[in-house]
Formats: sequence, C-alpha cells, structure tokens
Amino acid sequence: MTTGWVDVCGAEDIESEDVRRFDHHDRTYALYRTADNRYFATDGLCTHARVHLADGFVSGTTIECPKHNGRFDICTGRAKGAPASVDLTCHPVEIRDGRVWIGLA
Amino acid sequence: MNLTTTNGNPIPAPPRDYRLTGPEGTRAEALGLVSADWHLSPVPRKRMKELMQRKDLPAIRDTLLWFALLGLSGWLAHRFWGTWWCIPAFGVYGVLYGSVGDSRWHEGGHGTAFRTPWMNTAVYHLGSFMVTREPVSWRWSHARHHSDTIIVGRDPEIAVPRPTPLWRLALAPFGLLAVSAEFRKMAANCLGRITAEEADYLPASEHRKAILAARIHVTIWLASLGASIGLGTVEPLMFVGLPTFYGRWLSVVYGITQHAGLAEDVLDHRLNCRTVMMNRVNRFLYWNMNFHVEHHMFPTVPYHALPALHQEVRSDMPAPYTGLIDAYCEIIPALRRQAGDPSYFVHRPLAAPPVAS
Repeated sequence: MTTGWVDVCGAEDIESEDVRRFDHHDRTYALYRTADNRYFATDGLCTHARVHLADGFVSGTTIECPKHNGRFDICTGRAKGAPASVDLTCHPVEIRDGRVWIGLA
Repeated sequence: MNLTTTNGNPIPAPPRDYRLTGPEGTRAEALGLVSADWHLSPVPRKRMKELMQRKDLPAIRDTLLWFALLGLSGWLAHRFWGTWWCIPAFGVYGVLYGSVGDSRWHEGGHGTAFRTPWMNTAVYHLGSFMVTREPVSWRWSHARHHSDTIIVGRDPEIAVPRPTPLWRLALAPFGLLAVSAEFRKMAANCLGRITAEEADYLPASEHRKAILAARIHVTIWLASLGASIGLGTVEPLMFVGLPTFYGRWLSVVYGITQHAGLAEDVLDHRLNCRTVMMNRVNRFLYWNMNFHVEHHMFPTVPYHALPALHQEVRSDMPAPYTGLIDAYCEIIPALRRQAGDPSYFVHRPLAAPPVAS
C-alpha cells in the first residue's frame, strides 16, 4: 500500500457540510468538509457494520452512518453512541494550492 | 427440485429455524446474506442531503400533541374511574401509550425524529418503557433488523415466521406473548445475565447498560404494582404498565403490514417491505412508518421527510398499497396460506429496468 500524502480532490469538490468517498488501493476513506470549511478524513467504513460513511449524513462535526444511524465525531473519530461503539481511525488532512491531501500511514 | 408425495402433492418444506442461535445464521452467512449490499433507489446526493436534514419543530409539535392527548384522556379516565365512561377514556389513553409509544420508540431509537439528540434519547426511553422493551438491547436488535431485514437466523424482529403461528398471531394485539417473553429476558437481565439471543447482537460493552436498564424498568413496574396493592385499586396499573397490553392492538395492526407474507432472504427492501398509504391521523399516530420501504432503504431520512422521499423514489418502487384494507386483503390470505405452505410468499412486482437505447 502506498503511504504518505495523497492528493484526493479539489477543495471545492466537496460541498459544505458533506462527505465524499475516496478509494486508494484496497482501502476506502471518507473525506469531510464542515460548514466552516474545515476538512477531516477518516476510514471510510462504519466500524459497526462496514457501511460506506460517504452515503451518510453530516451535521456539524458528526457523521451519521446511512444504515444504522451510528454516529461519529469526524474531528476525533470518536463513536458517539450505539450502535457505533468502536472509534474510527482518523487521517491528517492538508489543503495545498486549493487541493485536499490526506496523509496515509 | 420440488419433492412430491406418491399422489403428486408437493411435500411441504420443513419449518425453518428462526432462532439467532440456530443453524440458519450460518447458512445466511454462507449465502452472502449477512450485512450485504441492498438495492438502493437512485436519489441525487444533493436531494438526499435535503431529505436527511433534521428538524426539531415537527417532532416537538407532534410530541406536545401526544402528551396533551395522553394527559386529557388520562384525566378523563381518572375523572370517570368507577363508571362505564372510563372505558372509552382508557381505550384512547391505552392506544396513545401502548401503540403510539411504539412509533415514538422507533423514531427516537433511530435518532432522526428531532434535531436535538437528547430529545431523541428521552422519547426513546419513554417509548421503550411504554411498549415494554429494554432499551439497550432493543437498540442493537433493531440495528440488526436493518442490517439483515427478514433474513432468517439473523433478524431478531421477524414478527410472523412461517408456517404462520395463527394462535400466536391472534394473541399479538394484546401483547401477551411478546411482553411475557420480554419479562423473561428482563428477569434474566435483572439477575445480571444476558440471554443467548441477546448476546448474538449485543456487544459485551453494552451488557452492563442493558442490565441497568432492565432493573430500572422492573423497578417502575413494581412501583406501579405496589401503588395498586397499597391503594387497593388497579387504577395505578391501568395508567402505568397495563396499557402495554390493552393499548397495543393498533401498533400490531400497523406493524403487521411492514413485512408479513413477503419474501425472506432477499436483498431488496422492495420485496420484503410494504409501503401503505394512510390518512393524516394514522400517519400522526404511526409517525409515517407506513412508508416502510423508503424507511428501510434510507433510515437516515426523518419521519417527517418520508412523504417527500416517497415521491422521489416512487418510479423505482412497486405500487404502494392504497390503504390498510388493501394491505390486509393481501396479508390475511397470504398468512393463511403460509400456515399450511411455508414456501409460499407474496411476490412484489418491481418496476421494469430502463431499456437501453
């Protein structure tokens, strides 16, 4: 698996308070943009039932899984209540020249 | 291949094992039916974001109206206690408690009814007590129901297994079997144990919470029972506890329409859920869960947006049932037939896929 910083998309390619899926090699990630234009990235599948979070609902700094309404804090990955009980892994994000980069370990 | 008897009649399929701890779960997993990808009707992301938006106002309005109706019917029931007039008052109070509590339990559990999280939690716990469901394990049970809807051996909420248990179904409006099963489970929880069925969907990290919740529920039941004994009247129990039995019937009328008689072990909610058109009163009492295909396909859409979602996806859906009577004209014959032939189910016609030009 390639590690290091990966160019994902343009900063404006994600709508405000929304989430976008990003697949890289054999893994999938979720990239978020908040209403105040902060960007975050987490693993892309819900830790409860492996559903793509990119189909979910972003409200403030919370992502809600589209299948079971499990909720996570997108800034920290913290699971915020049943049926999500295992935290998401977060990845660093940087904006460089109008593009979003994710740091993959 | 269908097996037949010597006179050519088909041999009925053996009954399936609906327990979560039986062999069907393993079979479902081997068939790729567990936590699988389900059909999703196409909805543009921008529109879906609009539909998923949370609001406090509709649910606060509906909840205040619900509380007002509970208070009014309860006051009338108390005022006329000892006369025949208390019977219709308790009839209304009971439905608002034992049936409307079910829809509020459901929406609060999904966390979509209100924008404010604590309001969802409060309504969920209130509804859980009203319908006698220990709230922690039922939250996980319902998550499993959404993961593996009507997958035999996986879904803990299959209301009508096959062959149709007609006598159990006849008792369902009074909640006798459902509540007694829940009492047995909560008794085990109160003693610090988690049942094998619960353990199938409830992670170990939640066991202590489930045990605490069960103890709280049982304590409230005992307080109501104690008040009735102490005051020498059943009236306290008629307000707190017993409505879960005598007021449950309407939630059963609604709930049976959701999946009964439809296909098992399919990965398409259009084939195992029903959308039934209902009037405004029923939709208030049921919080729009009549749009059940839409709810299962997109559980993040709040109840108040389901009519709009229905319009959005209707071209990809089977025709909805025109009302409860229309639905039961299909359900009753189907369940009677499934009582003798467990392999029978209602086929839902899907919209033809678009033809490539």
